[in-house]
Amino acid sequence: MNDNAPRTGLYGLMAEFTTPEQLLDAANKTYAAGYRQMDAYSPMPVEGLADAIGFRKHYVSQAVLAAGLTGCVGGFSLLYWIAKIAYAHNVAGRPFNSWPAFIPITFECTVLLSALMAVFGMFAMNGLPQPYHPVFNVPEFARATKDRFFLCVEAADPLFDKERTREFLSTLTAYEVADVEN
Amino acid sequence: MKTEEVVRPIPPDIDPGPDHVLGPGHDIATVTDRISGVIYQPLAKTPKPWFFAFAAAFALLQLLLIAAAWLFYKGVGVWGIVIPIAWGFAIVNFVWWIGIGHAGTLISAILLLLKQDWRTSINRFSEAMTLFAVACAGMFPILHLGRPWLAYWLLPYPNSMWLWPQPRSPLLWDVFAVSTYATVSLLFWLTGLVPDFATMRDTSKHQWQRVLFGMLSLGWRGSAKHWSRYQMAYLILAGLSTPLVVSVHTVVSFDFAISILPGWHTTIFPPYFVAGAIYSGFAMVITLAIPTRKWFHMEGLITMRHLEAAAKVMLGTGLIVAYGYAMEAFISWYSGNPYESFMYWNRMTGPYWWSYVMLISCNIAIPQLLWIRKVRLNLTALFIISIIVNVGMWLERFVIVITSLHRDFLPSSWGMYYPTIWDWATFIGTIGLFTTLMWLFVRFVPMLAMFEVREDLHHMQHTGAYEVKPLPAHGD
Repeated sequence: MNDNAPRTGLYGLMAEFTTPEQLLDAANKTYAAGYRQMDAYSPMPVEGLADAIGFRKHYVSQAVLAAGLTGCVGGFSLLYWIAKIAYAHNVAGRPFNSWPAFIPITFECTVLLSALMAVFGMFAMNGLPQPYHPVFNVPEFARATKDRFFLCVEAADPLFDKERTREFLSTLTAYEVADVEN
Repeated sequence: MKTEEVVRPIPPDIDPGPDHVLGPGHDIATVTDRISGVIYQPLAKTPKPWFFAFAAAFALLQLLLIAAAWLFYKGVGVWGIVIPIAWGFAIVNFVWWIGIGHAGTLISAILLLLKQDWRTSINRFSEAMTLFAVACAGMFPILHLGRPWLAYWLLPYPNSMWLWPQPRSPLLWDVFAVSTYATVSLLFWLTGLVPDFATMRDTSKHQWQRVLFGMLSLGWRGSAKHWSRYQMAYLILAGLSTPLVVSVHTVVSFDFAISILPGWHTTIFPPYFVAGAIYSGFAMVITLAIPTRKWFHMEGLITMRHLEAAAKVMLGTGLIVAYGYAMEAFISWYSGNPYESFMYWNRMTGPYWWSYVMLISCNIAIPQLLWIRKVRLNLTALFIISIIVNVGMWLERFVIVITSLHRDFLPSSWGMYYPTIWDWATFIGTIGLFTTLMWLFVRFVPMLAMFEVREDLHHMQHTGAYEVKPLPAHGD
């Protein structure tokens, strides 16, 4: 995506569909036609849609795993350091590093950091919060969060040609094809 | 291609009975309009009972403020706590509230992993309940501190005296468990709300609402790439919350079980606390869902299917709790430990015998009525039973805390606990806080997860479980 490009001219062409099946079918056909710079918009998750537009690696699980391990190691180290180094005192002859007693807090730290990463990492990777996006310039796009389904082929795609792409999109079962201004 | 559009009217709110999760005649647009319509209706058009319920809740909230102010001014002496019963209502209420929260997490996380169809409509609602219940729970240990302004001493932080909290103590585990639980519940709830706020942003007719919801929605635009990451994050949150919810009440039970006090020092506490938490939480879901769906005419979205399933979970977890009580009684006899057996005998026949009798009737005897399908499908009966279970679960914590503490090993250190008016005011006040937040939530935030209802509807349509009637073409 050309997020840093100057905000003038055409961002892409957007086809509107009335059902998720039509959108999925159109996304598959558009990908098969060779387009790569595109995105699909739907009011609810549609199974297989991300695959259809060629988006496969989202790295959310990897980020969460890394955060979880950090929480796990960090939590345990904190307790170890408190109980054995910073404030070591003998409680009824128990070993300073009484690790079984550290498990609950270690677990909670693991969950806490994983959850924070799952949410904030996911939003960050999605580039949110992002108040402005060209797709919002299409008036019909307001229904993308309610009951309409959209496919946007971006002008940044090497195959993109305003006329030919519009022609291609109208061979799909699109309800309407609109220009997306930057 | 483009034709003049026919819009489906919102169908009447009909309860489709105990076999369906959605009333007839909907499509993805009408469910959206139906749920967001609650928020868009003018304030004056809000159902009257909502105003009465909100006024009552808000009045009780003032009681909490008064009770807390008096407590901060005078100190914990205004409560009935004495030695040996240093843990009075504060801990009873803490455990009760945090237990109530557990049903919300169970519904949103565990039922998501189990792919239960009746989860979707009530998950947002129960997550909110979790959040508000945890807020009430979290206040009690702090109010009980005596010097609540020093609550940050509970956390490990580098202080000038180089003192650190004791990591071997379940009380510190509790600090981590409850604060993690509160944080994760909030994240789960807010993450679920983002796509719905985007819907509100795009459907609102008022500029200020569009700006407000636009900020809250973080610019969500429903991109397939975003949904892909979002769903993975949501699934991970569910997977994390499932062991988390079990760990939280386990750690709460450790507050008791790790001690050596008869009546507390038992290995059955963790599983039976977790089951009890889910039991009381589902009771609270039913208590809140029945009036809410009636006031806002949500019968087509919160159906008998949801309520009956919740009733069945209540019955099941109630039986686990019954097993817990039976095992406690059995072990106190079978162990041959005189302190253990005295504790249980005292619990049943001592000065607090009435609380034990009420506990068994509220938690074990009366809920058995739920075996009868007619009772499960009768809203009045279900509502009353859910309140009884709420009371019963509060009594359970009262019995565990008070009867175990008041007579331990040495008769010379026995005592009695009499809650004062300030104990009651604080407790009832938190009910005010909880219901105030809850009623504000159902009126001003989408109480059901719109995008998940849409997803479910589409899924059911595919599997043939739900029929969306085709719209008549324009001009027909």
